[in-house]
Amino acid sequence: MSNLDTWLVVPLYNEATVIQQVIADAIQVFPKIVCVDDGSTDNSASLAESAGAYVVRHPINLGQGAALQTGFDYVLSDVATEYVVTFDSDGQHQVADASAMVARLRGEDVDVVLGSRFLDTRTNASRLKRAVLKLAVIFTNLTTGVRLSDAHNGLRAFRASALTSVRLRQNRMAHASELIAQIGRTKMRYVEEPVHIVYTDYSRSKGQSIWNSVNILVELILK
Amino acid sequence: MDSQLLIKLVLLAGLAVVALLIVWPGRGARRMALRRISLLLVVVTAAVAVIFPQLANDVAGLFGVGRGADLLLYGLVVAFVGYVIATRAHHSRVDLQVTELARAQALGAAVDAGSIHR
Repeated sequence: MSNLDTWLVVPLYNEATVIQQVIADAIQVFPKIVCVDDGSTDNSASLAESAGAYVVRHPINLGQGAALQTGFDYVLSDVATEYVVTFDSDGQHQVADASAMVARLRGEDVDVVLGSRFLDTRTNASRLKRAVLKLAVIFTNLTTGVRLSDAHNGLRAFRASALTSVRLRQNRMAHASELIAQIGRTKMRYVEEPVHIVYTDYSRSKGQSIWNSVNILVELILK
Repeated sequence: MDSQLLIKLVLLAGLAVVALLIVWPGRGARRMALRRISLLLVVVTAAVAVIFPQLANDVAGLFGVGRGADLLLYGLVVAFVGYVIATRAHHSRVDLQVTELARAQALGAAVDAGSIHR
């Protein structure tokens, strides 16, 4: 499958260690990749470019939500775009999972496929992380009317026609919940797909701390 | 009877005004004028309090507050809360504008996505 109708949107911020490998793997399956460099202070952007990705550069650091929205605007300006996948730059996501999600969009009558690490047993999260993520799920389900098993998973696949109604305004971390809320509000047809999140020593070393969940909560309440 | 009922009501009214300012729609000429008038009133009040310190004490007594200094402090707290909230709102508006500007710049400088064919 050539996937020329599909774009991978990869928010990128200081991932020079892994980004080249992540892009090199993904580009085998998805030839169209845009990395939105969110003002990295290392050479992440040029590494992504040399690996074959297109790079849109934020002049200053704005946050992952803004990077995603910039990526959405970019890929939606391509008339050939039918499907859009959001994919993390740190190597946690599997290209095969993304591929399966796009295949579901092609075959099923849904607008968005959301990755979930809690639908099977492949993902090994620590007990604390699991607990915090579960709390986030409960909060998101209560506030958005969307029923999910995993609320803060960066792997998602959208039908382009549905993505046009998404407008992220939360620059920082709360964009994940905001995205879900908009999926609910615009009545998108959604399904979940079991995905495998690989926690490496690298991703753990810079992964989201538990403190981040406090920040997300504050951002959601104090808009 | 609560001897401090009056001052409690006055301070709560002040906080209510602050709350009203938060939810007040738009930021047109009226809102800006109101903000300037209230700032001017604060300056005039401060000047009067400097010239006639006894007046602050008298007013405080009127409200059931011990000293003028206490009354000033209470007023300051209300004003400060209002300031913090107004600044926060302004800050998030500016944040939004900077984001839009930076994103537009980034997209403008990028290779046109529609031109990509592999």
